[in-house]
Amino acid sequence: MSIVRYSKDHEYIRVDGDIATVGITNYAQEQLGDVVFVDLPAIGKTVAAGAETAVVESVKAASEIYAPVAGTIVEVNSALAATPDMVNADPMGKGWFLKLKIANKAEVDKLMSEAEYTDYLASIS
Amino acid sequence: MRYLPHSDADRAAMLAHIGVASVDDLFASIPAAKRLKKLVDLPLARSEIEVERELARLAAENTSAGSVPSFVGAGAYRHHVPATVDHLIQRSEFLTSYTPYQPEIAQGTLQVLFEFQTQVAALTGMDVANASMYDGSTGTGEAVLMAHRITRRRKAVLSGGLHRHYADVVRTLSGMAGDEVVTLPADMTAGENLIKALDPTVSCIVVQTPDVFGNLRDLSKLAEACKANGSLLIAVFTEAVSLGLVESPGAMGADIVVGEGQSIGNGLNFGGPYVGLFATRQQYIRQMPGRLCGETVDASGQRGFVLTLSTREQHIRREKATSNICTNSGLCALAFTIHMTLLGEAGLTRLAELNHAHAVDLAERLEGVPGVEVLTRAFFNEFTVRLPGRADRIVEKLARRGILAGVPVSRLLPRAGLDDCLIVAATEVTTEADRAGFATKLKEVL
Repeated sequence: MSIVRYSKDHEYIRVDGDIATVGITNYAQEQLGDVVFVDLPAIGKTVAAGAETAVVESVKAASEIYAPVAGTIVEVNSALAATPDMVNADPMGKGWFLKLKIANKAEVDKLMSEAEYTDYLASIS
Repeated sequence: MRYLPHSDADRAAMLAHIGVASVDDLFASIPAAKRLKKLVDLPLARSEIEVERELARLAAENTSAGSVPSFVGAGAYRHHVPATVDHLIQRSEFLTSYTPYQPEIAQGTLQVLFEFQTQVAALTGMDVANASMYDGSTGTGEAVLMAHRITRRRKAVLSGGLHRHYADVVRTLSGMAGDEVVTLPADMTAGENLIKALDPTVSCIVVQTPDVFGNLRDLSKLAEACKANGSLLIAVFTEAVSLGLVESPGAMGADIVVGEGQSIGNGLNFGGPYVGLFATRQQYIRQMPGRLCGETVDASGQRGFVLTLSTREQHIRREKATSNICTNSGLCALAFTIHMTLLGEAGLTRLAELNHAHAVDLAERLEGVPGVEVLTRAFFNEFTVRLPGRADRIVEKLARRGILAGVPVSRLLPRAGLDDCLIVAATEVTTEADRAGFATKLKEVL
């Protein structure tokens, strides 16, 4: 059974064993507007927590995607090259960005639960 | 009164910060003998008429390319620019509108740039071109940085046929980023084996055709080898007119094509401003530097033009932009587009044929001069000859006889041991009398 955690940068990770799937939240895709391009990292790259790992580009802005936890990139969603609008249509599902092999599972606990993220959104709106 | 924003205290603080005792110390790398020790002795005041006469007298000491037969090329070429070009670029709709990129007010400028891009893409045989770079050399430097972004490697290999000034610019830009640049030895007869230079760390190979010595190069085998190695092939040209006749770099498999557009629509202008042409394949478009104009439809469905893919640029991506360039050579690109439009495809081919025919005729005439050897076997409008003596001295002698004979290889490569070699170009403006006169006077001075 996977667990989902959220960052203050409006990214989520879905944790299955030691693999974390990273993407952006529904709030983030609404703020960005129509996504036209996602620049994904090379497989095998090691990233620190908070490090820039990808870039999401919409019709009005380009934003960095930071690794919510440290790890090694094991897979990227290459389907986004042809269908970047999947990030808008299904951010938590088919619109995922990349998969990380988690270096330190303790870092997952520092992120927000769904209830905490909902409160966080309420606090910033 | 002059407004000087920096006080003595400001200057002292800045010098202390960088650890230099005085402003003069900033120029310590310039040899003392070359430094100006006192102010230039200028008269206090002269009338405008006197100044004009004096400057005209000084200017007359130059031998300009337009006043005598000129065979100077090696990166900048004297071509005929129709008077129509100068007239049209000076129309106020174009001339007074500097970087007006807001689509609400600048449909004309944006449409011209869109057409410029279309022409460059067609000429180079590529999918997409940008709205221009500063010139061919800075464009080449940017192409190398782009290849590094795409391949995620940091080593560029420069052919020995690449113009030395272009190689210098690549090294300067790459040096700032700490990237590796391998420059192969001068390759006068296109005999180098670039495929052998490939290894798994090579991001790109930069090769010029026609190269600086005039050789036409077939890039197809090299393109295949680059592809197999995961490296990009960057094809460079300095003579845009050649694209009217030779197979396009895109058709030969280049990934990025970059070059100098001065030859079409632009004069020699003392070496600048020029216009860099830059084109690539669709798949690399987001890593391409520079502005890009696109065609779209407005709210009522009418055709219109806008800047597109701007999210890669500095005003949005700041220090993470694809490149420092966030402008283009607007006026020179306009002149290029107008001249290309006047020529049309058939006109450009005819112009290119004329250039080639004149160069072939010149090569035959020069080869008839005892002691002169034409070294370039396959060329467009430029080739290299070996002379029985130092080329720079022979060029001086011919200049005194009213002929600008070309560029001595030693000017570009002072330590290559090629002091007897001369690069000569013949364009549509060199007449039969010019070419015959060159051969006759060369025989006289040898």
